[in-house]
Amino acid sequence: MDFSTFLIQLLNALQYGLLLFLVASGLTLVFGIMGIINLAHGSFYMMGAYMAFALTALSGNLLVAILVGIALSVLIGFLLEWALFSRLYKRDHLDQVLLTYGLILIFEELRSLLVGDDVHGVPIPELLSASIQLSETLSYPVYRLFMSAVCILLAIVMYWLIRHTRLGMMIRAGSSNREMVQALGINIDLIYRIVFGLGVTLAAFAGMLAAPVSSVYPGMGNQVLIICFVVVVIGGVGSVWGALVAALLIGLADTFGKVIAPDYAGLAVYVLMAAVLLWRPEGIFRRI
Amino acid sequence: MEQGFNRRRFLLSTAGIAGGLALPAAPVFAQGAKKIRVGLMLPYTGTYASLGTAITNGFKLAVDEGGGKLGGREIEYFTVDDESDAAKAPENANKLIKRDNVDVLVGTVHSGVALAMARVARETNTLLIVPNAGADEITGPLCSPNIFRTSFSAWQPSYAMGQVMADRKHKNVVTLAWKYSFGEQSVAGFKEAFEKAGGKVVKEMYLPFPNVEFQPYLTEIAALKPDAVFVFFSGGGAVKFVRDYATAGLRSSIPLYGPGFVTDGTLEGQGEAAEGMLTTLHYADNLDLPKSKSFKAAYFKAFKMQPDVFAVQGYDAAQLFAAGLAQVNGDVGKRADMIKAMETATIDSPRGAFTLSKAHNPVQDIYLRKVEGKENKFVSVAAKALADPARGCRM
Repeated sequence: MDFSTFLIQLLNALQYGLLLFLVASGLTLVFGIMGIINLAHGSFYMMGAYMAFALTALSGNLLVAILVGIALSVLIGFLLEWALFSRLYKRDHLDQVLLTYGLILIFEELRSLLVGDDVHGVPIPELLSASIQLSETLSYPVYRLFMSAVCILLAIVMYWLIRHTRLGMMIRAGSSNREMVQALGINIDLIYRIVFGLGVTLAAFAGMLAAPVSSVYPGMGNQVLIICFVVVVIGGVGSVWGALVAALLIGLADTFGKVIAPDYAGLAVYVLMAAVLLWRPEGIFRRI
Repeated sequence: MEQGFNRRRFLLSTAGIAGGLALPAAPVFAQGAKKIRVGLMLPYTGTYASLGTAITNGFKLAVDEGGGKLGGREIEYFTVDDESDAAKAPENANKLIKRDNVDVLVGTVHSGVALAMARVARETNTLLIVPNAGADEITGPLCSPNIFRTSFSAWQPSYAMGQVMADRKHKNVVTLAWKYSFGEQSVAGFKEAFEKAGGKVVKEMYLPFPNVEFQPYLTEIAALKPDAVFVFFSGGGAVKFVRDYATAGLRSSIPLYGPGFVTDGTLEGQGEAAEGMLTTLHYADNLDLPKSKSFKAAYFKAFKMQPDVFAVQGYDAAQLFAAGLAQVNGDVGKRADMIKAMETATIDSPRGAFTLSKAHNPVQDIYLRKVEGKENKFVSVAAKALADPARGCRM
């Protein structure tokens, strides 16, 4: 591998890692702050991708689709939290796994009824459809760079929101002691609803953003679900910063695993997870 | 309808057992006792749901064309959704064989499930017709007098592609596929023909199934600069790969080839990125054959949609079974005669007529097709009457 190829692979790794972060950040919020194991997280990712497909077909514009899609996702998140998830906070993890697994099946079936089982593509917006020539034969799509920029921006916004705002303070307090926060006169139910809505929206947004490059197909959510849990476990449950570092590490391990030892590429990520867990059983960063 | 029937039958038979009347299920509903019992074990949910439906439609179309009868006998269907889940396959197959006493088992799409079905069929000596799954083993080491296939082996389209790419003067080729048996068998078939014709596979690359993060591989291909690339992916993975390949700018400098699965049922999603791509398969969307045209018209009339290769394979599964039944006038008890008739039948398929090899896999023409405006259009015959080598088959 010459140096320029190495740099391009590094770019691939960063770009993949950042997208992983975007999908997993919602999971780490819901899992870490609310203590809910949400297996349906991948379904929200799929839901986002299908919304991008359907709304782009309707409006002809990905940006409009994403804006409408975000509004819908927030709404769906609130509704689900109100109707189902709010009943789970005091229950144990098994009940949560059962409910969210059921939701996976429901979402897949709904998808099948509403959109069918075909594979669809979402066009890349005109403005971002160009490519940059990186080497003699390889060019890099601008849209992928745009995705990475959006992910970085969102990481900064989330960090600021949780660390430096009043809402963030309440969220952090709620995650360490729900009853005490309630006793201080803060509406913890509302806080949880917001966090869950945020988690759903982040996953759906990741799906919408990734739809033009990943295409839209049945079962796509289940593929990201496992890797999302790996990100959360490596990064430390509930830590947004940890999720970012973990996602980037996974991006690196996966990309260079594929290049250096293609026969064992599937293993690289899990070897990394095992190594991190041996070193720090609670993940790289433990708290928010 | 079949499912409601199944449930009702199931309830009745359990009620019978509960009442102390442990009657075997069959006599309860054996009206006339002469119907042929066909067990369809196919995916009706999940990623392959549309394929399972197409195969079922094709099968039923062939039966309906015979007036709802095969070999002069009426048909009764029993369906099980295999969910493309190999872990549940033995249980599902046994349900149809033991509980429903089917005369023939038809299925399935997913190779892992089909391998399990083939094992059960061997153990129970049930007649099995595989209408899609391409795992080489089914008509290789697992071959058996009672196991037939009306689709293809993984080896066939890829082997044909090896010859095509060598003829097109490509010398150095990189291959890329999912690392599971069908992917590896496709690459092996391609490599065998391509290297025999003097070409060289400079690098074989695999990704874990069903991973779709292709960017590192595209970078690798760009660095290696081969004359061409041979890939196997299907469904969502095929859509993403073909699009990624185009946006990486590789399409103009390094042509992309693959077996037909890369562009079958995926053209809607691939859009412009697939235009002009060459693939090999035993079917093309615009075959100039009378049977192909009449089949397409009849299928459209019955189901209000265009048939695909899977519908053809389901249709031929019924045709093959009909050929066997006709010989014995619908008496499935005369198993040896029936199998002999099936082995020697010429199936008038919409893909072009075919016969079966000794291992019961179609000996068929493989076509070179080109993607033009959302269709896989016929270009030429890539391999005439290609027979799978059936390695490991002792029959």
